Amino acid sequence: MTDPISAVLLDDSVDFSLTELCALCRVSEELVVEIVAEGIVEPSGTEPRQWRFSGVALARVRRVARLQQDLGVNLPGAALALDLLDELERLRRGGR
Amino acid sequence: MEYKDYYQVMGVGRDASAEDIKRAYRRLARKYHPDVSKEPNAEARFKEVGEAYEVLRDPEKRAAYDGLGAHRQGEEFRPPPDWRFDAAAGTDTGAHSDFFEQLFGGLGLRGGFRGRGFDTAGQIELTLEEAYAGTERRVALERLVADEHGRPRPTTQQLNVRIPAGVVDGQQIRVAAQGQPGVGGGPAGDLLLAVRLLPHRWFRAEGRDVYLDLPVTRGRPRSARPCACRRSAAASISRSPRARRRIDACGSRGAGYPEARPAINSACSRS
Repeated sequence: MTDPISAVLLDDSVDFSLTELCALCRVSEELVVEIVAEGIVEPSGTEPRQWRFSGVALARVRRVARLQQDLGVNLPGAALALDLLDELERLRRGGR
Repeated sequence: MEYKDYYQVMGVGRDASAEDIKRAYRRLARKYHPDVSKEPNAEARFKEVGEAYEVLRDPEKRAAYDGLGAHRQGEEFRPPPDWRFDAAAGTDTGAHSDFFEQLFGGLGLRGGFRGRGFDTAGQIELTLEEAYAGTERRVALERLVADEHGRPRPTTQQLNVRIPAGVVDGQQIRVAAQGQPGVGGGPAGDLLLAVRLLPHRWFRAEGRDVYLDLPVTRGRPRSARPCACRRSAAASISRSPRARRRIDACGSRGAGYPEARPAINSACSRS
């Protein structure tokens, strides 16, 4: 058996620059700027060049990109879908 | 290889209009989209529907597919010896069935452009103990690997993945560069695994807190003795704050989930 490959937990302890985020999610910087403007993710830093995105934000941007591409929803629609999915998940877990 | 009845997959007749097919795709995509669906085989169904749509939405591919005649879904099938379909290079590198690759393949991996490979999404189920302490997992992945003619073929590979300690239910973990291979020398995509915690006999995790529901006789909460709850779990007792305090006092406070320690992604190997 070979050595295992390390997995990285995508939570708030890892962060990515705008360029890294775009490469990892296969999206344009313009789209990420729009996603931030829509309030779907909130990077730290004021200017796009200084933005840092958490692992959680990375997962959200990926989901938005997939929802847009696969289901043809626009950004406000994707934002609403994400919020409702989060809510649904919370209810499924029996959260309050 | 097995014949794929794309019309059956989409739930439309062979005479369906482009509008009918688009409508059927939208409906099925919403139903099985891995980001939305909780259906047990959503990912596989979504891929199947996506593949069917990729063929049926394109008039040239659809005409070529129709030319093969109608066969039963899953029937053993060989393309005609003179089969030839020149697809536009680099239109898609998503994972497809063997059937699709044989008929319409040759895309992507031999296209004349460079691009990052697609990410592969999956789910792993962990016990509470495994999530708490970290573990190693063998993961079977279906990936496109170029054969000797440069044609991408779906191949199952095994990976050994180290899961960091402190993963909570619903979180995603990333295994860098273990998704689909890149195109034209581009970097590979990532493997993304969503974590699902299996129910535990005693404990229940809510975020980083671990709970133990301990039934207490209603009339005698005073006599609830500090129980032998395991040090790995902070305990909560419904309707009995007094007993909760005693449990806290028995030394479990702060014994919830450890903060996740993200592993540095370095050594990379395949088995």
